[in-house]
Amino acid sequence: MKPFWNPYVAGIALGLVLLASFVTTGKGLGASGAVKHVGAALLHRASPTWAEENANIGGYFTPGHSPLDSWIVFLVLGVAVGGFIGALTAGRLRRETVRGPRIGRDPRLVLALVGGVLGGVGAQIARGCTSGQAVTGGAQLALGSWVFMFAAFGAAYGLAYFVRRQWT
Amino acid sequence: MEAPLVLSTNMGHGAQMVIALLVGLGFGFVLERAGFGRADNITALFYGRDFRVMRVMFTAVVTGMVGVYGLDLVGVMPIGNIGLLPTYLGPAALGGALVGAGMVVGGYCPGTSLVATVSGKLDGLFYVAGLFLGTLAVTVSYDWLAGFVDSGAMGRVLLHEYLGVPSAVIVPLVAGFAVFSLWGAGRIEGLVRARLAGKEVSR
Repeated sequence: MKPFWNPYVAGIALGLVLLASFVTTGKGLGASGAVKHVGAALLHRASPTWAEENANIGGYFTPGHSPLDSWIVFLVLGVAVGGFIGALTAGRLRRETVRGPRIGRDPRLVLALVGGVLGGVGAQIARGCTSGQAVTGGAQLALGSWVFMFAAFGAAYGLAYFVRRQWT
Repeated sequence: MEAPLVLSTNMGHGAQMVIALLVGLGFGFVLERAGFGRADNITALFYGRDFRVMRVMFTAVVTGMVGVYGLDLVGVMPIGNIGLLPTYLGPAALGGALVGAGMVVGGYCPGTSLVATVSGKLDGLFYVAGLFLGTLAVTVSYDWLAGFVDSGAMGRVLLHEYLGVPSAVIVPLVAGFAVFSLWGAGRIEGLVRARLAGKEVSR
């Protein structure tokens, strides 16, 4: 198994990927937006009228254009492929449930699901997640993104004590 | 030629999607190499054991910031040319807190959970499933939530504009803040690791 990169090297690499994105498309990075687009496409399959009238996703549906045919969906598709190549070439491709020594597999999976719900709701309310708000807007020095960053780390540190059995 | 290229060239939709795919490829690969495909690497931050996440994130933000404002300064890419994120104060604070809560409870954030999933991590897959449920919950209850989500709209506010100083002042200040924070984090990490090592010996 290859070791992880030095965090400063990884940080510079990540910053350069972000910069390349700005210079080419004028947009930054993101992740949660793709979930919204894919979810919107699924909802549209279930009920086109309901999806088109919904205030959160209605704007994604224009005649002859799929909500899947968007910048963020292709970017996140790339993230999945890039992450897979990374894990494969480092010898880290392995079926596993990552957890601390004091928690069983099933409770860990429940907490992962709950965390995902929190992250999904939060990213929708904040119009972005760690990549779309904190990293992208952080580098732009957008005020809201810095508020987001401090709120995210503040909440995580505040809750860390209560879920310590999961990780330590 | 002025950047971004999408403004200064006749780039079609297809070409933009190919670029998005390539940028994502780099993003995903770097996240994996940074160690963010594992929840334990990420949450060690919240127990002071390993500040890897903070080191990577702050370095990335500072690198991006210096690049963006450097290119703005030399006129290659005026900052107004890129998609600046608008500020919604309350939603940024509450949404950020929820994403942070999700990070310590679930072990990931949206991007890293995807990298975990494609590396074979079952907990990553469960986080992704939760993401879809959470996003669906917001969409279903959007009529009720919209008032809050659109509250506190301030437009595109950048830190230096907000503070009334030139960008050439704020950029080094933010970089200095990052360096200082990472120095402090390194000290805390040293103390926590020494304490953990002590416990190990006494056992």
